[in-house]
Amino acid sequence: MESLFQWLYDTPVATAIRESGTLFPWIESTHVLAITLVVGSISIVDLRLLGLTSKNRAVSTLTGEVLPFTWIAFVVAAITGLLLFSSNAVKYSHNIFFLSKMALLVVALANMLIFHFITGRGIEHWDESPRVPAGVRLAGGVSLAVWIAVIACGRWIGFTMSAF
Amino acid sequence: MALSLHDFAHWLADTPLSLTIQNVSWIIPTVQTIHILSIALVISSVFMMDLRLLGVIGRGQPTAAYVHRFLPLIWWTLIVLLISGSILIIGEPARSLMNPAFQFKMCMLILAIIVTLTLHRPVGRDPAYWELTPGRVQTGKIIAVVSMLVWVSIIFAGRWIAYMNTTGD
Repeated sequence: MESLFQWLYDTPVATAIRESGTLFPWIESTHVLAITLVVGSISIVDLRLLGLTSKNRAVSTLTGEVLPFTWIAFVVAAITGLLLFSSNAVKYSHNIFFLSKMALLVVALANMLIFHFITGRGIEHWDESPRVPAGVRLAGGVSLAVWIAVIACGRWIGFTMSAF
Repeated sequence: MALSLHDFAHWLADTPLSLTIQNVSWIIPTVQTIHILSIALVISSVFMMDLRLLGVIGRGQPTAAYVHRFLPLIWWTLIVLLISGSILIIGEPARSLMNPAFQFKMCMLILAIIVTLTLHRPVGRDPAYWELTPGRVQTGKIIAVVSMLVWVSIIFAGRWIAYMNTTGD
């Protein structure tokens, strides 16, 4: 792994980001924009599942209009995130908040898959209902908590990684 | 009356509240996390209204329905943003108040509020306002694009505050 991160660190793209005074903040700004859109749009769905907002909107209608944008934003966040990581790959890979953030992303993915394939089934029975089954509410709550923690870890990476 | 922004920033930095924020290491990252989460909610809610105005989503529901659904969330979250933002300013007055990126961000914030009010005002009187004539649909689309650009610039400016050292010392 270490040699892979070192190779990433030595790529021309990573070197350019590291040596330029402005590339890093531009990519970072785009990363923050993308992540706010990911977390904000998922929260709109989570808050609906928890029965707090958009109660008069069917769950399937809401996910249909929100989640495509969540995925577009996620792809942007992942690409910009990889670029930021590459600029100091070895050091990031030892940062506890970076590692936690990656682990939390796996939890978010697992939660989404469980919702998609297990708890979210039979949606036609509660799609229009303001109050959804407990398992679905739990999926919303877990998602919200995990994404809050992702943002917190992201912010703490900045405070625990001194400039190169 | 000769109190300059520079003097004010330095006075503020010496207040007990500011010193506490400066000295307790978890306060700023925690408040920044709350600030980013709040921005996430606001920008996504704003984009939902804007995408409806652009006709990208929710053609079955009028724009007014989106405005009523998301605007309360936007105003309440804006209050959280103003409080968390104020704590960050009190903690680092010179770094923020005298920072061109911060000043630009505040101008964009005022513009964002004006744009949102422009969108909201007519809907109270007439829920179908933004769909009634082709001209209004067109105006709505322009407002939506302006709104999205303004919010994107707020996020960019916010992040750039960290990269412009303007402590003035």
